[in-house]
Amino acid sequence: MFIIKHKKIFIGLSIALVALSLVSLFVFGLDVGIDFKGGALTEVAYKNARPSQEVLNPSLEALNLGNVSLQPTGGLGYIVKTRDLSDSEHTLLLNALSGGQKDVLTETSFNSIGPSVGRELTRKAILAIILISFAIICFIAFAFRKVSKPVSSWKYGIIAIISLLHDVIIPVGIFTVLSHYYGAELNTLFVVAVLTILGLSVSDTIVIFDRIRENIRGYTANSQMNFSQIVGLSLEQSFVRSISTSLTVILVLLALFFFGPLSTKYFALMLTAGMFFGTYSSIFLASPLLVLVEEWQRKK
Amino acid sequence: MIKKLILAIFILLLGAGVAFFVFKSEPRLNKNFETQSLFFKNHPFRLGLDLSGGSHLVYNADTSVVSAGEVDDSMEALRDIVERRVNLFGVSEPVVQVQHGSLVSGRGEQLIVDLPGITDVKQAIEMIGQTPLLEFKIEASENAKQKPQKVTVGKDGKIDLGAIDLGQKFVPTELTGRYLQKATLEFDINTREPRVSLQFNEEGTALFAKITKENIGKMVAIYLDGAPISTPVVREEIPNGQAVISGSFTPAEAKQLVGRLNSGALPVPITLLSTQTIGATLGDSAVNAGVKAAIIGFILVALFLILWYRLPGLVAAVSLCIFISIILALFKLMPVTLTAAGIAGFIISIGIAVDANVLIFERIKEELRSGRTIKDATSFGFSRAWMSIRDSNISNFITAIILFWFGTSLIKGFALTLGMGVIVSLFSAITVTRIFLSTLGFMGEGKMARFLFSSGITRT
Repeated sequence: MFIIKHKKIFIGLSIALVALSLVSLFVFGLDVGIDFKGGALTEVAYKNARPSQEVLNPSLEALNLGNVSLQPTGGLGYIVKTRDLSDSEHTLLLNALSGGQKDVLTETSFNSIGPSVGRELTRKAILAIILISFAIICFIAFAFRKVSKPVSSWKYGIIAIISLLHDVIIPVGIFTVLSHYYGAELNTLFVVAVLTILGLSVSDTIVIFDRIRENIRGYTANSQMNFSQIVGLSLEQSFVRSISTSLTVILVLLALFFFGPLSTKYFALMLTAGMFFGTYSSIFLASPLLVLVEEWQRKK
Repeated sequence: MIKKLILAIFILLLGAGVAFFVFKSEPRLNKNFETQSLFFKNHPFRLGLDLSGGSHLVYNADTSVVSAGEVDDSMEALRDIVERRVNLFGVSEPVVQVQHGSLVSGRGEQLIVDLPGITDVKQAIEMIGQTPLLEFKIEASENAKQKPQKVTVGKDGKIDLGAIDLGQKFVPTELTGRYLQKATLEFDINTREPRVSLQFNEEGTALFAKITKENIGKMVAIYLDGAPISTPVVREEIPNGQAVISGSFTPAEAKQLVGRLNSGALPVPITLLSTQTIGATLGDSAVNAGVKAAIIGFILVALFLILWYRLPGLVAAVSLCIFISIILALFKLMPVTLTAAGIAGFIISIGIAVDANVLIFERIKEELRSGRTIKDATSFGFSRAWMSIRDSNISNFITAIILFWFGTSLIKGFALTLGMGVIVSLFSAITVTRIFLSTLGFMGEGKMARFLFSSGITRT
């Protein structure tokens, strides 16, 4: 099996991708959205023509709302980011945007979140992440509760968790790039995407590992096959299936990305990446790692 | 064989029936929707605010004014009153709910108000916030025995306190607007000035009697929305639960105040924490985009299944149709409030739904290769794939449950549709596909049959 033969290349590729993602995370950082830090997002569409930012800036500054950022959207609209707004401040902002009722506009959406609501959501998100990680680790522990030779069960578990981290870190890295260049923000859906990736990608790895252990039971007794050959055989038996199951999910996710609502675009993209790397890691990372661990054990 | 065939036809008819229900009960699809029976009319999809347009308001309730044991009751009362307010305004299907403080959501009681169709957030806030908060306060210390001060309410609604600083001098009592039974408009017999007469309920009467008894000769201040509007001096104990507010009202102001008080004074003060408004056009385009994505996603998955898995793939595509009909019908019947994230969850579940089928078909293919007959391979395929199917669904289901438990409404919508998808797909992908496949036994074991049952680019 060529994957096992060239395992160091594939493991290296994964390490490089993860490193790149981490670098991008630290260099670009994540733009935390108003869901978590509080603030207001006002989206308006002008009826005729959109006034330029230079025209609007003086009247916006006069409102004393602190930092106001204008971001053009569509042909005739702006997304305005500010701190959270009271009712009257909101009215004043709309008035300023319309140049004192001069330019006719409609407000397509308005979202103002107080800092305390943001804090609450942050706490909820962190709790959900902790809980889901814990539940998944329990699930992995359960799935690998039976002892197997030559590699002990807990090592399967650790490798499953490593590939899980890989599956999450790379989409996050992609997101930081999107965040830097296209203004994608870390919002609730981002957290949901990360958590869903955890759920989707772990199953793939477990299914392949199950196959490996099934083959170990079947082959070691009566043949000369060594561990890396058995892993290779298991991969051959399961990679078509593994790719097929992910492919169906990726197909619908791509449909969601290209044709779906605007609000779930980045969400779909992150999940697509998560799904893709989840499958990649279960074939090209987890199994080669398993062989590598077994080789180290023998050398000792 | 006949039995299996009948069962398969029965399932097909059932699926068609469910799909028919979904179609009939959807005004967008059914042109004769208006003439349909009530059963169909009562089950449209319920769209969340981000799809239908509307306002989502989150209020923080300051429950420090009531004792710990009464927090729940006060919040329920608050909810009822706000709901009544909103209903008076004629909003269709408003949702007003209390979110209790907990370890997870943080401290503090919150009131969440969803107003579909109301995109003028200013109007929405006014119609909730205008409900007056009525409080009775007593003098803080013994020393001040002043004459009652008249305070004037200006035409713009501002209250002229004159030179006195009342805020420092009064402390709140337990008596608030929640004990109010009704308010009426009266006119003073002598001065013809309008005044507002209050009648407390049983508890309020007892409280008011106690307050007046303990404060004879002192001032009791009546606060409305945090500002004093009247500060009469108590002359004697008032046991009958009647009080009169005689600020300098115009008749119109007094009448408005009576109306507001009667529609319910808020038991606890609330402050607006966050607002969200989505325009109807934005929601509409999100719905259209979601439907489009779902249809395209389904077509892609069905094409993949048929091209790669041939005859079993076609069968899987049919059971996928049944899966979609069942899920959509469940969305209508439960009903599930659909949001953009919820639709995303549904679309993803279309992809996950065929997971089990793929696992089964790959097993069948292996069994065929090892020389079994189509019939045996099919039944072995189903039984051997079960473990993998169970494993790959457990983790998704865990995620969905935890997300649902902890989520905000946005996350809940996603978790619910995804979780429902996982459960229903187990039924459709295993039971339904199995029944259909078992009826295909008449194909025999010929070359053609083997070709149709194998997959991918292999010929055998």
